[in-house]
Amino acid sequence: MLENLFVGTADWLRSLLGGIGFLPTEIAESIVLLVKLVAVLVFILVNALWLVYMERKVAAFMQARIGPNRVGPWGLLQTTCDIGKLISKEIIIPKKADKVVFLLAPVLIFLPPLMVFAVLPLGKNMAALDLNIGVFYLLAIASLSTLFFFMGGWASNSKYSLLGAMRTVAQMVSYELPLVLSLLGVIMIVGSLNMSDIIAAQEHTWLIFTQPIAFLIFFIAAVAETNRCPFDLVEGESEIINGPYTEYGGMGFAMFFLAEYANIMVVCAMATIMFLGGWHAPFGLTFIPSWVWFFIKMYVLIFIVMQFRWTYPRIRIDQLMGFGWKVLVPLSLANIFVTGIGMYIYRAIGW
Amino acid sequence: MLRTQEYVLNFGPQHPSTHGVFQILLTLDGERIVKAEPICGYLHRGIEKLAEARTYTQVIPYTDRMDYLAAMLQNVGYVQAVEKLMGIEVPERAEYLRVISGELSRLTSHVLATGVYALDVGGFTGFLLCFREREKMMDLLEELTGSRMTLSYARIGGVADDVTEGWLDKLNKLMDEMPGYIEEYNGLITGNEIFQARTKFVGQLTPETCINYSLSGPVLRASGVNYDLRKAKPYGIYDRFDFEVPLGTNGDCFDRFYCRVLEMEQSVRIIKQAIEQIKEIDGPVMAKVPKVLKPPKGEVYHEIESSKGIIGYYIVSDGTNKPYRLHVRRPSFINLGYLDEMLRGYLIADVVAILGSIDIVLGEVDC
Repeated sequence: MLENLFVGTADWLRSLLGGIGFLPTEIAESIVLLVKLVAVLVFILVNALWLVYMERKVAAFMQARIGPNRVGPWGLLQTTCDIGKLISKEIIIPKKADKVVFLLAPVLIFLPPLMVFAVLPLGKNMAALDLNIGVFYLLAIASLSTLFFFMGGWASNSKYSLLGAMRTVAQMVSYELPLVLSLLGVIMIVGSLNMSDIIAAQEHTWLIFTQPIAFLIFFIAAVAETNRCPFDLVEGESEIINGPYTEYGGMGFAMFFLAEYANIMVVCAMATIMFLGGWHAPFGLTFIPSWVWFFIKMYVLIFIVMQFRWTYPRIRIDQLMGFGWKVLVPLSLANIFVTGIGMYIYRAIGW
Repeated sequence: MLRTQEYVLNFGPQHPSTHGVFQILLTLDGERIVKAEPICGYLHRGIEKLAEARTYTQVIPYTDRMDYLAAMLQNVGYVQAVEKLMGIEVPERAEYLRVISGELSRLTSHVLATGVYALDVGGFTGFLLCFREREKMMDLLEELTGSRMTLSYARIGGVADDVTEGWLDKLNKLMDEMPGYIEEYNGLITGNEIFQARTKFVGQLTPETCINYSLSGPVLRASGVNYDLRKAKPYGIYDRFDFEVPLGTNGDCFDRFYCRVLEMEQSVRIIKQAIEQIKEIDGPVMAKVPKVLKPPKGEVYHEIESSKGIIGYYIVSDGTNKPYRLHVRRPSFINLGYLDEMLRGYLIADVVAILGSIDIVLGEVDC
């Protein structure tokens, strides 16, 4: 019953629209798709709000504090309040800023996570769109956010913002490469770019066991991609104040802030699908719905990312680039090589 | 036409990691520093001039406002200078209380420096972890002096008041726990691979440079120069305690940071010995000094080891009840003297690391 909660709702909607009779099937289908995408949007926003709260609680517990506990039960409404406050603030545009780009950047920043989530299978048969070249699409879209960070940093016309923007580009370009290369091993084993196929291939063995190094590389690169500590140079507040968002106030800032969490969700969801078996239940615990499993796995990864942030200091820019190009890229290339040889031997033996 | 150019970045005075209102005009080539011009004075209050219109006792609260993180050490330096000028003998018990509260002040300052340094290189948890212990010490200081930061506990001729009952036991308990806490800092901050990569061999100072530029405190000792006034020229009763002077070898940011951590352990040792010894001593905490202090004509210079380095008080008396001139040698200010050369060639991230490792307090820099 719970397993098919969302799939069933979609089917019910489809049959309802079909029952009206005079609607052509194409229009009915697009309405269903629209509803799905809106659901994805709501899902991302609610999760981002929750993640801000969760981050603050995790941080508090790690730092021997209590954390937000005033607004609502256990401070649950804290982020909602914060966002409410930020919405009510005046939008301040710096005098010499490029107005259009400056305002466009925080609007567009939510686009990549939204587009990525449209194709992610969040449970059994639960992808809003099941793309044939899902992984390819996903990697192409996920790296788009670099552009919006750079837009914000450039348009602010502030030196701190520009420094942050330059760091974003340098960091994301160098970490995109190991990220993509680490996924190649997975794609080689599965032999498909379709995410449903990748998940189906992990029914018995999760790919983290066959591709452990790829998982590590992917995870490190993903943390760097999302500008999280210890790779949070982009917004390193003790060096360049807040990087590209320095000049943003009110909702503009809030959008960047929430987008950071949306991006974390994206990479953790990606890691779940590629390496942790997606929505497959471990140990045959299938009585728990598949989408719940997906969330559990995703949140475990997010929790680990949060622990990184509250444990490690920040790495320096030259060390960051050195680590990316001298360690992660060669390692991921070696991983592809080893995977190739392993597959060849595998087939030669005829297992 | 492609060309590169240097640009000027205004680092501060409103910047989260200048530890106050300090400004550095950085000339940058990309992220690399070509030239750094420190600008101070945003917190200048003219304490030295103000002192000329105050009686000798009234100057004490002003000294709090210099290095407000280790106020007791500032107090002690000043009152000892006046006592030296007037030839006042301080009662034993008061001397011990000065050592205890002074070392406790040094501990709060060093704990904060440790935490803030973690924050400077990006680790937020280390910062709040250190605040936890600092809070406990502040509570103790508050119980002793009635104030958390601006203590004004020392008086010319002794200290303001004796300890309350049970205070020494509470302090002893905290000092017993302190090594465990320091172990925690080492686990979270000092031992961290990224932290070491960020701080080792950054902003190195040779012993010669340190001496030439008159740098002092942990900054000097991290370069391997064994000069701690508590050992070199013991003032007060510091010759009665058994402690070591931790030294660094490389003179880099990591050594400066780690020197402070090791100094905390030594401060704990001193406090524990002082608690043992003070229990045997009874008596007043104030010497018999006249109500109106009129030091004889003359001048005096007295220096002590503050948490940031050597703080020296130069007082000129013209025989009236107000100092004719007061000058303070502020370690934070003098330690900044080599900043420009130290920063050149490093990245922006290192500016924060180097500035944090010097451990300045703006109240003292600008006085």
